[in-house]
Amino acid sequence: MAELLIRGGTVVDEGGERRADVLVSGRDVVAVAEGIEAPAGARVLDAGGCLVAPGLVDLHTHLRQPGGEVAETVESGCRAAALGGYGAVVAMPNTEPAIDDPSVARDVLELGRGALAQVAVAGAITIGRRGERLSPMGELAALGVRLFTDDGSGVQDASVMRQALEYAGDLGVVLAEHCEDASLAAGGHMHEGAWSSRLGLPGQPALAEEAMLARDLSLVRLTRTPMHFLHLSTAGSVDLVRRAKAEGLPVTAEVTPHHLLLTDAEVASYDPVFKVNPPLRGQADVEAVRGGLVEGVIDAVATDHAPHPPETKERPFEEAPPGMLGLETALAVAFGALSGRLGAVGLLGAFSWRPARIAGLDPASGGRQGGPVAPGAPANLVVFDPAAEWEVDPAALSSRSRNTPYGGRRLRGRVRHTLREGEPVVVDARAQR
Amino acid sequence: MAERERRLTRPEGRVFHARTKVMDEDGVARALRRIAHEVIERNHGLSDVVVVGLQTGGVPLAERLRAALSEIEGVPVPFGSLDVAFYRDDLSLRPVLPQEVTEIPFDLTGTTVVLVDDVLYTGRTVRAALDALADHGRARAVQLAVMVDRGHRELPIRPDYVGKNLPTRADELVDVSLDGVVIGELGEEAP
Amino acid sequence: MSGRHLLSVADLGRQGIEEILRLADSFKEVAGRPIPRVPALRGKTVATLFFEASTRTRLSFETAAKRLSADVMSFSASTSSLEKGESLRDTIETIDAMGVDAMIVRHRSSGVPARVTAWTSASVVNAGDGQHEHPTQALLDCYTIREALGESGGRPQTDFSGLRIGIVGDVRHSRVARSDVLALSLLGAEVVLVAPRTLLPPSLEGWPVKATADLDAVLGELDVVYLLRIQAERAGRLLLPDLDEYHARFGLTRERAGRLAERALIMHPGPMIRGVEIAPEVADLPASLVTRQVRNGVFVRSAVLFHLLAGPAGAVVGEEDGDG
Repeated sequence: MAELLIRGGTVVDEGGERRADVLVSGRDVVAVAEGIEAPAGARVLDAGGCLVAPGLVDLHTHLRQPGGEVAETVESGCRAAALGGYGAVVAMPNTEPAIDDPSVARDVLELGRGALAQVAVAGAITIGRRGERLSPMGELAALGVRLFTDDGSGVQDASVMRQALEYAGDLGVVLAEHCEDASLAAGGHMHEGAWSSRLGLPGQPALAEEAMLARDLSLVRLTRTPMHFLHLSTAGSVDLVRRAKAEGLPVTAEVTPHHLLLTDAEVASYDPVFKVNPPLRGQADVEAVRGGLVEGVIDAVATDHAPHPPETKERPFEEAPPGMLGLETALAVAFGALSGRLGAVGLLGAFSWRPARIAGLDPASGGRQGGPVAPGAPANLVVFDPAAEWEVDPAALSSRSRNTPYGGRRLRGRVRHTLREGEPVVVDARAQR
Repeated sequence: MAERERRLTRPEGRVFHARTKVMDEDGVARALRRIAHEVIERNHGLSDVVVVGLQTGGVPLAERLRAALSEIEGVPVPFGSLDVAFYRDDLSLRPVLPQEVTEIPFDLTGTTVVLVDDVLYTGRTVRAALDALADHGRARAVQLAVMVDRGHRELPIRPDYVGKNLPTRADELVDVSLDGVVIGELGEEAP
Repeated sequence: MSGRHLLSVADLGRQGIEEILRLADSFKEVAGRPIPRVPALRGKTVATLFFEASTRTRLSFETAAKRLSADVMSFSASTSSLEKGESLRDTIETIDAMGVDAMIVRHRSSGVPARVTAWTSASVVNAGDGQHEHPTQALLDCYTIREALGESGGRPQTDFSGLRIGIVGDVRHSRVARSDVLALSLLGAEVVLVAPRTLLPPSLEGWPVKATADLDAVLGELDVVYLLRIQAERAGRLLLPDLDEYHARFGLTRERAGRLAERALIMHPGPMIRGVEIAPEVADLPASLVTRQVRNGVFVRSAVLFHLLAGPAGAVVGEEDGDG
């Protein structure tokens, strides 16, 4: 059996951090200790100065397949994920057709079988994500689908959401909401505020997110079905979730790397690469979501990796689709945004074991992601160099699309190696296949 | 544009340093008076003669010439001013903004225009002025009066009336005003 | 003026505005000549790219360019391949490849001229983008006010301090208002926005203005009443109950015109909808500068084109040398 030694790093998992080498044999970790001697024939990966952690889990990835292969495929998206240190991604169901049916879910899972990262799928809450009739959640749950969402839009009809929550409660699944009240957000292409007013772009108010979040929290209080809130972006949302958690409601929340770093001031360039939904918010919101993550009100960082082909981002701002790439830059961006406020354990928790638990991919749920780095554990690992500086070159990204908002920026922190089930799929920041 | 003006606006903090005064206030007045007589003689009076000064250095000289003409002949002489920035052939090399608005409140068709400037040098300003004048009507003739002809012509242009011929080096500057004519050069700003 | 584009009034600053207005005086003089044309931009090509129809503005720019002897190319969306699915970038790069020195861009979406600068080496002039800005409109408005002030005498020409200007109407959706607020306040005027809350921008943070919904309360103190066009489609879409109510609350009626200060000026960017923002007979009062605004548009646009295109990298005062 192939052996591999990760030497010289600091192991970080839910239990804390310690200097240790990690010996992998086959698909599993077999030893974690200082000064492990490399067995004869073992490959050695240098982890000097690096953090060695369980692979990252992205709760929010748009792989675009089926239907959007010009922007991304399961294969290209998973290569990007591996380069970003991810061991697993949850594929969002807003494909064409939507993942609202077991056959589509099976197809995507099948496409993910040989990919560089594990693919889990989220199912649609309603048929065609139209917000009217419930999808066959039971059949999808039987395939292992754990998260359901109409992501891309929120479920507008409160009674539909109530029924979805009541129905889902029996299945042990989690509904994930893209909080956006369509009537309040209507026609808005960026955050409504000083910048939208100055730039003459119709805005969507923070209220569009917060109003639906408040409604959903009331529905959770009524139904007691667990709910996950996607890409929260406003100070008001952080407050609402903080109160809900204090009250004991079964809710979790995520924030994207871009909402941790960028503000609506970026839109002054009118470059649609900064167009995203929910929109980039003001500085006070950025501070609030950072605080929410540090405090634990927000559980996870999720990329909302949303590839779009270049020509769609070469349209006028108002005509371009929202969304930005995230997988290959997420950890570095979050690391930079939170440096000094969140230690390695806190940060990697938001990227690995906490999202693994929300997605049902953790060992306790029978999965192989986000567990401790210990003998016997699955060798899904990331080796991250927090000191490495690199400049983001959109053309060099592995995604089929180029819509990163960080093109030309220097980031600090880079994934050096990624192991998927013992296989070194990324070595020295290069995908191995 | 007058070199005097340029001196004041020259970039990089370089300023005009006067070296030699070659003509004083009386000298300028005498030269204008002489030119006025020459104009009258050459045109057999002032019938259809108009005076146009080039912005900005030619205008005060032209005003003085016009006054002298009127005084000598006892008739009014039409007067205009011309800014040639829009007609220059070196716009793409050295951007130039008009300093003053052109004001020629009459049709030039059939007139004899006496075009007045302070210094005649390469001839390019006069070339631009001839084009500009043509847009104001078809003059019967255009005559050129300058206070100083300093040589170094780049175009086949010659003056009809000259206050003073003044051989110069290309790196010198000539400053002309009603107060006199001074040769100098560009230098660093005095401390 | 900094840079070789005019995307926003903010690109100009006060000094830039003053230079353009001074330069416009020269073009006003040129317009009065038997041959109203100068050779300053001979050999340069100016392309008008109107992705949104506006015959008036396009003609104004094209006339302005022709007065400078520039060659003019005209591109309008209806004759374009945009409808065939060509991207904006492809369109711009195609026109750029033909060799143009300036692109004058009008688009229904905010920010398009700014994006165009990334895809061409030509100077880009914003001829109105979405709800963002319409800088040459603001410049011609300033020129018109300056001209009117000059005629009534006294005041230094481009110093608008002490002047109170009310901009009335749909500020929220108005690119004219955004440019005028910047330009007028840069020149020292006090700007008051008069509109119902639904027609004001969601945030006025950083805007050097006051705002009110009560036209009658400020009417008598205004030196200039600047009326914005109210688009009929705004009414009935939650922003406004109907146009009659708008006229009653914010229209410049005959009765309101009678309460204006003596010498107060009335302006409008056109096209005017008589009976909505302005009573028909008020539009024709001597205080109304509307037709002057149109005329001055050509002078100001010539000034902008000359300023951007004459010279290797934008004109700078006082760099001439050599020739006497």
